[in-house]
Amino acid sequence: MRHNRRLTRHTRTVAATLACLLLASCSAGSLATGSAGNSRNTLTIGLAAEPANLDFTKTEGAAIPQALLYNVYENLVKLDQSARIRPGLARSWSLSKDRKTYTFQLVKDARFSNGAPFTAEDAKFSIERVTSDWTLVQKSQMDVVDTVRAVSPAELKVTLKRPSNDWLYRMTTRVGAMFSRTGVSKLATEPVGTGPYVVKRWNRGDSITLSRRDGYWGREPHFASVVLKYFKDPTAMNNALLTGTIDVIGAMQTPDSLYRFENNPKYKVIEGTTNGEVVLSLNNGSGPLRNPKARQAVRYAIDHKALVDTCWGGRGKLIGSMVPPTDPWYQNLTNMYPYDRGKARKLLEESGQAGRTLRLRLPTLPYATACGTVVKSQLEQAGFKVKLDQLEFPAAWLTTVFKNADYDMSIIGHVEPRDMQAVFGNKTSYTRYDNPEFRALLKKADQGTQEEQIISLRAAARLLSKDAAADWLFLLPNLMVADKDVTGLPVNNVSESLDLTGLGRS
Amino acid sequence: MIVRLVQRIAILLASLVVSSVLVFAFMAVLPGDPARVVLGTSASDAAVAQLRGEFGLDRPLVDQYLSWVHGLVTFDPGNSYISHTPIGPQIADRLQVTLWLVGTGMVVACILAFPLGILMAVRHRRPSGLILSALSQVGVAVPAFLAGILMITVFAVEFGWLPANGWTPPVEDPVLFLKQLLLPALSLGVVQGAVLTRYVRSAVLDVLREDYLRTARAKGLRPTRALLRHGLRNAAVPVVTVLALQLATLLVGSVVIERVFVIPGLGSLLLDSVSNRDLVVVQDVVVIIAMAVLLVNFLVDMVYLLIDPRLRVGAS
Repeated sequence: MRHNRRLTRHTRTVAATLACLLLASCSAGSLATGSAGNSRNTLTIGLAAEPANLDFTKTEGAAIPQALLYNVYENLVKLDQSARIRPGLARSWSLSKDRKTYTFQLVKDARFSNGAPFTAEDAKFSIERVTSDWTLVQKSQMDVVDTVRAVSPAELKVTLKRPSNDWLYRMTTRVGAMFSRTGVSKLATEPVGTGPYVVKRWNRGDSITLSRRDGYWGREPHFASVVLKYFKDPTAMNNALLTGTIDVIGAMQTPDSLYRFENNPKYKVIEGTTNGEVVLSLNNGSGPLRNPKARQAVRYAIDHKALVDTCWGGRGKLIGSMVPPTDPWYQNLTNMYPYDRGKARKLLEESGQAGRTLRLRLPTLPYATACGTVVKSQLEQAGFKVKLDQLEFPAAWLTTVFKNADYDMSIIGHVEPRDMQAVFGNKTSYTRYDNPEFRALLKKADQGTQEEQIISLRAAARLLSKDAAADWLFLLPNLMVADKDVTGLPVNNVSESLDLTGLGRS
Repeated sequence: MIVRLVQRIAILLASLVVSSVLVFAFMAVLPGDPARVVLGTSASDAAVAQLRGEFGLDRPLVDQYLSWVHGLVTFDPGNSYISHTPIGPQIADRLQVTLWLVGTGMVVACILAFPLGILMAVRHRRPSGLILSALSQVGVAVPAFLAGILMITVFAVEFGWLPANGWTPPVEDPVLFLKQLLLPALSLGVVQGAVLTRYVRSAVLDVLREDYLRTARAKGLRPTRALLRHGLRNAAVPVVTVLALQLATLLVGSVVIERVFVIPGLGSLLLDSVSNRDLVVVQDVVVIIAMAVLLVNFLVDMVYLLIDPRLRVGAS
């Protein structure tokens, strides 16, 4: 009986607790109803990869500049939607006759979010800090800088060791971000920039909230806050838009599911271009594809149109080399190796590699796994033997394919802007492409006039394609889906930033 | 009693040591270099080597293991390789979320399993009992993530009653919190509940056949009252065991459910950290989960002693 009494007492306690909880949630609920939900002052954008921290001077990854560049931090110069260099914190700039000295005229009324004014001294500090404090690989892009001089608070002179067209372009990327001399102590959690937004909140594993900043020197953004919400699973992101949790899918990972939005008057689908060349990388340094004829056979054997239709919903542009259409030296090279299975077979026979098995080692990424099986079957129809391996991305793929070049073929989207040099201009890169003529063209392009740059890079891209250094499957499209009334979305994804400054609602 | 307690604690500690060694060993043989993942595609070999030095990855494995365990024991697990921020607070945040999920899932499972299980046992020869039994069998066969996807499709996307995903802390917006918690907790709870129902049913059935229950009924107690008064306590022993084991399944199930419902819990942290080779975080999270499971088993043993006096006598 004693036990029984104890039991009843317990039951009572439990019941009382439950009742309290229920009451609490009800009363709190009635208070909170007003503030819940998406107001018209907030825009929520769904994205795939979350930043590891907020310090892109010490941490790799595209997600940090995607969220912060142009929004929280600003550069002297920025890229517009057509990938042209435009004024940012520099109103204008000029280049000396020897093409070595840039003089920037800076805006006068810009302030950092910690209250400090932005001056040429901050610009000098930011540029010099790249070489001294950054631990990122991209810091080498500033090696070409010889001296930086703050002539006056609003004038900055940068002298290079040798002429470089690439340097000004790189100033539009993260290495050109402007930092406050008094605001770099807690970059990983509290970024301080001159941009229209500040980081208000970061729920790790979930979202980053940017809020509009009072006293911004430029045009005030429309939304009081923009929430960047992160989804590992593309289906979950689609569902979030369908149920109103988010307003925009910033990067659609599953083109096959676009039909759910395309015929629905509530949404609009936006398709632009990116810098993401999906490359069928070939190992030029060892194995069967060291033989140029075998590589050419691969290029003839692939029916690119059919491939994109099958594995990426027909979205994506065929490019034929390592240059996206938004670069000034783009040319359509898709006809260099038109699909021809007969020619592929013949070249494979001539190469003497016909009996050997090619290891197609794929990273576990949506486009790679989807397109890998198509590549395999197309190559097999042309007489190749292909063995398909899946490697976990990033860790296993980076070590096996990227570092050790222990592969014959792989598929990866090279999304970094202007990356022809990084992928093919160095014989130790994982493609192991080694052609002195190609490297000479790249060098000439960087040091010559803008016209020479265009001519040389066109020649370089053509040479790369002719050598069949790789096969270019397609260019990743920038696919966004948004509520019908959202305006000003960046259609082309051409810079490292997801530029939120032009967003609005109609 | 005390002998038994000491015995159990010793086993608990030994299991913890063994599981930590296993976790560490598995992480050590996993292909992929953390330093290279951190530095990305354009890193030089020298930079990678330097970072390996900073992480201590170039030290002997035994050293690495010992300093990791030292960090754990002193409650200072150090910094994440990827975010360079302290791991402790991050795990604490995520753990809270997962506890809500697992806790509610467990409550849902119990609410479903006890009444239904008893009903199924009492009516085991009647059609209603058989139908319930068949339904629970379906529940057992459905994995939690599938239940979750189905619920999202129906209740969120089609009807628009509840959010498809997301997580809001209860202090911030209790209503939204409950709305967001409901579907994931149901997906976990219904499946676990179905499993549990079957155990409750068979435990109650066993008890119904016992002599003492027949005696109780012979004394004039009605069947239900006899069961509630004398039967349930005895049926509870096997059910509590299963309940404890289910907690482990729930924890594991929540890893997948967190991914389906985009919930920033321990499971999401674990998955992200594995693919980023954030080894310290992975090791810490796995050890915490292992610890939770071992601790629950330990507590179950203690609860046995409390509910079943026979065990107490047997031990001392």
